[in-house]
Amino acid sequence: MSPVFYLISAMTVAGGLAAVLLKNTVHCALALTVAFAGLALLFLQLDAQFAGFAQILVYIGAVAILVVFAILLTRGSETPKDGVYSRNWPIGLVIAAAVFSVLGWAVLQSARVLPNETAVPKVTVLDIGNALVGRYVLPLEIVALLLTAATIGAVIVALHEKEGAK
Amino acid sequence: MTPLTGYLLVAALLFAIGLAGALTRRNAILVLIGIELMLNAANLNLIAFWRYGPHPEALTGMMFAIFSIAVAAAEAAVGLGLVISIHRHAHTTDLDNMNRMKG
Repeated sequence: MSPVFYLISAMTVAGGLAAVLLKNTVHCALALTVAFAGLALLFLQLDAQFAGFAQILVYIGAVAILVVFAILLTRGSETPKDGVYSRNWPIGLVIAAAVFSVLGWAVLQSARVLPNETAVPKVTVLDIGNALVGRYVLPLEIVALLLTAATIGAVIVALHEKEGAK
Repeated sequence: MTPLTGYLLVAALLFAIGLAGALTRRNAILVLIGIELMLNAANLNLIAFWRYGPHPEALTGMMFAIFSIAVAAAEAAVGLGLVISIHRHAHTTDLDNMNRMKG
């Protein structure tokens, strides 16, 4: 475990914590961007260059911007009077803590049998492209259809209703 | 501790943080942010298993992560569109006040 891994992990987890804990919604979106950037760096640490740059493009470039747009369009940056946490937040916290303990316990218990290949995988973007249009061409087409449908659907859902339609 | 264990623990922690955010926040957009964090934690697991598992040249984990990123982007677009539409209709994004399905 290199110090770089600990640094990036700390940044990612801090970004995630800030994204769910801060009061101002715009600050949450910015913290979320930090967490996404940390995840992209972790992908690069794992020698997955393509996934890392796709993460930067898709999450920091599109999803984070979309979240900021939604916050500003819904005037969500105003902190509500009765707090930012739901009425039954202790239950949610207990569930999350339980899930983390179970996951952590499972990971630590199975540490001996987990694979540990040290050789760096020699995978280029050319290999990924060949796999995408070769073996994985059907999932690729389905994802293309899904993205088209999602784009049209999102536009229709968020479209202004006509005056007098109510 | 092997590197894979470290990555899996970080992913578990991120997943728990996202789950806590999705379950405890009132604002619908913040709930979506929590869900995005959980999806990203799952992606980290996929990539980590791809890197440290046998046969990385088969690209299975990598492909899974790439498709997962694409589906998560579609989910974010539709989810935020729904939030904007609900806000226009009910003038709130507070989930504690959204307690009826009738418009």
